Amino acid sequence: MASNGIRDRVAIVGMGCTKFAEHWDKSASDLLVDATKEATASAGIDLKAVDAFWLGTLFSGQSGLTLSRPLKIDYKPVSRLENYCATGSEAFRNACYAVASGAYDVAMAIGVEKLKDSGFSGLPNSNSVGDGTRAGLTAPATFSLLAPAYGKKYGVSNEQLKEVMTRIAWKNHKNGALNPRAQFRKEVPKDTIACSPLVAGPLGIFDCSGVSDGSAAAIIVRAEDAHRYTDRPLYVKALSFVAGPAAGPIDPDYDYTTFPEVVASAADAYAQAGIKDARQELAMAEVHDCFTPTELVLMEDLGFAARGTGWKDVLAGTFDLEGELAVNPDGGLKSFGHPIGASGLRMLFECWLQLRGEAGARQIASVARGRTLALTHNLGGAPGECVSFVSVVGSERS
Amino acid sequence: MRGLLACGAYVPYARLDRTSVAEALGVPAGSGTRAVASYDEDTTSMGVEAARAALRGARATPEVLYFATSDPAYLDKTNATAIHAALDLPPSTMAVDMGGAVRSAAGVLRAALDARGPALAVLSDLRTGLPGGADEREGGDAAVALLLGEGDVLAEPIGHASLTAEFLDRWRVPGESYSRQWEERFGEFAYVPLGERALIDALKEAGVTAQAVDHLIVAGPHGRSNKRVAASAGVRKEALVDDRTGVIGNTGAAHAGLLLADVLDRARPDQVVAVVSLADGADVTIWRTTAALGARRGRGAVAAQLASPGRVAYATFLTWRGFIRREPPRRPDPQPPDAPAAARAEAWKYAFTGSRCQACGARHVPPQRVCVKCHAIDRMAPERMSDVPASIATFTVDRLAYSMSPPVVVAVVDFEGGGRFQCEMTDVDPKSVKIGDRVELTFRRLYTAGGIYNYFWKARPIRGGQG
Repeated sequence: MASNGIRDRVAIVGMGCTKFAEHWDKSASDLLVDATKEATASAGIDLKAVDAFWLGTLFSGQSGLTLSRPLKIDYKPVSRLENYCATGSEAFRNACYAVASGAYDVAMAIGVEKLKDSGFSGLPNSNSVGDGTRAGLTAPATFSLLAPAYGKKYGVSNEQLKEVMTRIAWKNHKNGALNPRAQFRKEVPKDTIACSPLVAGPLGIFDCSGVSDGSAAAIIVRAEDAHRYTDRPLYVKALSFVAGPAAGPIDPDYDYTTFPEVVASAADAYAQAGIKDARQELAMAEVHDCFTPTELVLMEDLGFAARGTGWKDVLAGTFDLEGELAVNPDGGLKSFGHPIGASGLRMLFECWLQLRGEAGARQIASVARGRTLALTHNLGGAPGECVSFVSVVGSERS
Repeated sequence: MRGLLACGAYVPYARLDRTSVAEALGVPAGSGTRAVASYDEDTTSMGVEAARAALRGARATPEVLYFATSDPAYLDKTNATAIHAALDLPPSTMAVDMGGAVRSAAGVLRAALDARGPALAVLSDLRTGLPGGADEREGGDAAVALLLGEGDVLAEPIGHASLTAEFLDRWRVPGESYSRQWEERFGEFAYVPLGERALIDALKEAGVTAQAVDHLIVAGPHGRSNKRVAASAGVRKEALVDDRTGVIGNTGAAHAGLLLADVLDRARPDQVVAVVSLADGADVTIWRTTAALGARRGRGAVAAQLASPGRVAYATFLTWRGFIRREPPRRPDPQPPDAPAAARAEAWKYAFTGSRCQACGARHVPPQRVCVKCHAIDRMAPERMSDVPASIATFTVDRLAYSMSPPVVVAVVDFEGGGRFQCEMTDVDPKSVKIGDRVELTFRRLYTAGGIYNYFWKARPIRGGQG
């Protein structure tokens, strides 16, 4: 398989991100206008300068009109796409390719989700049930399948595992508390997290990401044009997206302790970016911590920890804001919230702030010490049947 | 010789303690328990379970399937077709309902005995009544399936009598959730002479005396009449069969057949079994067991299903039966299955038929066209998986998902010999589930949406002593 990548061919020159919250007073259209305004202002351009648009949303609208109608975009290409919870990243990836191809000079990727209008706990159902034979699991239940399997395989007791999950939630809430755009802005004591009401398996309510509304956007141009817009662009080093065969739920060889799709997309992205040791080379990573066991498993799948040892690194603080490799410095899905179509771009927004030294109270020290690369990881689906996206962006063009 | 080739019984897992009704409602305390169909069961699904037990190891394929119940899941649509599909019977096997009244069971048995070719009689009932009433307390839920045909039979019918009479003992208007009953002593007045006379006639036809009867079964919705007819039959005291109502309750249309299956579990060859059914008349069949019984004893294993650890709280029972409407979770309502999709998937949805790759041997549950292992395309052969045991690879307890009886336990199960599936578990204590636990499949009603019952399979802990 050839995956050639477009390393250093395109750059992000402006970004916007709304606060993620229960926006009872804003529609999806309002959120799209807000994110667009901020992104274009950040790039110093008028909306008219954007040649083509990619809009990611899972539930909050269909077709390009979802974006062109509120923004009054005059007769330009607007693609609306979805790829489960990796929807925002997918919008970004396609916009990057369009610019890299030379088809357009300036593209905007934007994601939005308006989840709170449904009135449901968790996510609404999206699909017809067909013949009615699929087990109707909620999202936390599917990801909770990871916990007992991981514990059993690596000899981690239920109590130890709960401590690991609790620490991941505690860390992400601690980071989110420093982030004015996050949905939840309070540190949460470990006892509160550990004793929260159970939702699925060992997952309490604090092991689940926030259900929220929000939007985020990025302006993408050719790398050679980037300095026309900003002194500190972010260069796209790698974009990898894979859909797995969804074999996990039907193949007894799948053991529910890994996402093979993540392993594949990470290997592809590292090859494109020329990364040999992610833990040593990255300044930070934004990963898809939809539920706390997901972040644990991702630490191993992304190569940040050896198999079966991720839980020890979590407990040792390796992935804390001040740790060896900061993971989810903006608070992650856990405390920033997870408006599905927006999340992938929200992750990039944190890379944008951190690598440019604009992250304020949560600025990572390793950037000043010379680390220039950041990773985003975004997945959609469930263990054993998911889509996975990994990007690497950097503040220097090699 | 035409007779009984095989039988299978199904008593649901849950029991309701009669004292719990008394405690909740302040009514006189009953004693013992009754069997309770779970929230995910109905007469159709229980009928499937009984029929699976009857056909397991049977050599004959039914050419006709008769289904009797007083509580049909659907009207205007045949319920027996779902049983037919779950058993993977050929389309040429006719499946019909004979529903509405308890007496339908006696009619089904008679029709199955009179049929040509192997005939499967499935008797299933779900008995309930208004809270605090006798039907709620004394009723029970169960199913039994009897395969009748020519060949190496377990028992042959040697005498029969049937008396029909029109009188009002109990009745239910369509749409009502409970039955009404006339004064109990009137029913006694009507039933007892009918039962006594029919038994005498049947014994006469069989050419045996009451003293020669080894097992006397008297069943029917009118408990006092059953006892009186049994007491006046003139059989030996040890021939009086425990009617099991103290443990499972009176299971209506299923009861006479269930007690026959129970007796055949312990009867010896060449014994006389008299079965008296009192329902809108009296129907008696005298059976003589054969030497084949010894070799194939215990297939129904009714006794093993009587004692169950399952206990349902009275409030939960009332919820399951629709008498308490509970606050639903803040989740989307379940969606009904699409009829065309369900029809396309009939072999999978109803008979739990997966596929096996003919190129590499990998099993697929549900069936696939492209092999997950070797990627061969369209090299699959169908493979029924409903009787293949499995073990739990991982599991979760979903407290957010919609259910009549939360929380939902979901397990990823790996089948012996290959194949994996993710499905709901039932009849299980969420606290006791462990990786590695062995499970078996059971046909259930997952949920009801838009007036459509979504039937499919779940996993349950392997039941001891059954099958």
